[in-house]
Amino acid sequence: MKISYYPGCTLKTKARNLEDAAVASMAALGVDFQELERWNCCGAVHSLADDDLIHHVAPVRDLVRAMDQGSDKVVTLCSMCYNTLARANLLMRQDEVKRKTINDFMSEEKDYHGEVEVLHFLNFLRDHVGFDKVRERVKVPLNGLKVATYYGCTLVRPGNVAIEPPADRKLMAEFLEAIWASPVDFADATTCCGSYQVLANPDAALDVAARILESATRAGAEAVVLSCPLCEYSLARKQDELLQKNKISKDVPVFYFTQLLAAALGLGSEACRFDLSPRCSVELLKSKNYPIDAAVVGV
Amino acid sequence: MSHHDSKSASPMQVATGDRAILPEGARTIPIYVMGKRYEVPETLTIMKAMEYAGFKFLRGAGCRGGICGACPTVYRKEGDYKLYFGLACQTVVEPNMYLAQIPFYPANRAKYDIEAISPVAETVHALYPELFRCVACNNCTKACPMGVEVLDYISAIKQGDLARAAHLSFDCIQCGMCASRCMGELPQYHVAQLVRRIYGKYIQPRAAHLEKRVVEIESGKYDAMLDALQKMSHEELEKLYKEREREPDMAPPGTWMPEDTQYL
Ligand code: FES
Repeated sequence: MKISYYPGCTLKTKARNLEDAAVASMAALGVDFQELERWNCCGAVHSLADDDLIHHVAPVRDLVRAMDQGSDKVVTLCSMCYNTLARANLLMRQDEVKRKTINDFMSEEKDYHGEVEVLHFLNFLRDHVGFDKVRERVKVPLNGLKVATYYGCTLVRPGNVAIEPPADRKLMAEFLEAIWASPVDFADATTCCGSYQVLANPDAALDVAARILESATRAGAEAVVLSCPLCEYSLARKQDELLQKNKISKDVPVFYFTQLLAAALGLGSEACRFDLSPRCSVELLKSKNYPIDAAVVGV
Repeated sequence: MSHHDSKSASPMQVATGDRAILPEGARTIPIYVMGKRYEVPETLTIMKAMEYAGFKFLRGAGCRGGICGACPTVYRKEGDYKLYFGLACQTVVEPNMYLAQIPFYPANRAKYDIEAISPVAETVHALYPELFRCVACNNCTKACPMGVEVLDYISAIKQGDLARAAHLSFDCIQCGMCASRCMGELPQYHVAQLVRRIYGKYIQPRAAHLEKRVVEIESGKYDAMLDALQKMSHEELEKLYKEREREPDMAPPGTWMPEDTQYL
């Protein structure tokens, strides 16, 4: 089994904390995880128009790159990249006519028929590393830190690429239990963060972000965990504005799931990258006496 | 008459003009320039073949050495659906080539002050937001007569890796063929130029020996020597040149030192 790792553009720029923590964790878990040598944007959004095949070319080209690398699996961290790659892969597996059109257009590449399997990192951890192994390797148990499991849209919609049956909502909880945190399910776990409305209808985006954060707090969570840079933008980076406009009553710590993994594995600040997390997230961990570098304050 | 009818080509026509271009016995082949058929000597480059056929370049030719980017040419081959791109000064004619030159292709260039900008990917993203219209169709790469992996450098820029983009785009000669074929309407070659400027000025490590030499020059270390040279007669200069110490042609790097080290 050879595994390619597809990072995604945002993870290399605005979401280094999502990536650095994952890469360091994989090394700590002893998993050989090879970043694709060549890759392009995943396409970001899966095009639904029936005749708009050009927008599937980007993700398919990435899948061809994974195949070229000799991999049978490609793992992603970002929910959006996962969704786009997984849906393009399904299309190439299932729709013979479109597959032929796309392969013909990309005549400079090898033909692709869905040879590679697209996995989200959470599935990879559960099925190929094993949560038991993760649990064994934990050096800094999260001591029952109460964390709301926020899926957003693209991890669970549509159902044919969902990382688990959408109604289950077990995967994130099992992950958190493996690192000794206490998962908190809540009513808005799969409510869209509003990022699609950020430009066209910014107030609606703020309202829905506030609703999600308040709902997580009401359910008893001390923090929210997520896996998408757009969700992180809406739920974490927008908090100053949410507070200013009185849309939320107090700030809510937000983490990428990979950061909590790295922290539990006892990896240092260069791996956890809490320096890129909101201040309140860092303060929460410090208040619980987790070993956080004093110099790290967050943004 | 069909443009692809080559049967009338005389196989043994000798290429001669007011002076010999090719040795006796050279064959001619038919090519089509902007739809019109010409018989041109084989083995010529497109540029020379067009001149042979009577074209005179006012635009579309510069260095004639494959480096200035003035002569991009688009062509097709008989029985092949693919578009081909090449530099007219470097590409050898083929029978029944169907070609046109595209000396210039419009692409907007952003205004910036390289002294004042912040050397990060976000700067490039803000100056060229159309970067994010890329659909990874790869038409740019296929259109590059220099074999540059254009899609890969555009991807590197979006991924914030300016150093990689600068290296990948190093062979770009700014001909604009990438922009001519882009589905997202990007001005790739201008973006790459900005990235190489940022890389060269802010990211690439400085050569310590070069900085030292600049300080020496600025401190006047070589002024007296240059003055002396300027005052010499032609004969004195010639004598000095002939008697100069010279590194042996095949000396392994770092093994040779001149006797006179006062200017090192
Ligand atoms: S004339 Fe300069 S590249 Fe061809």
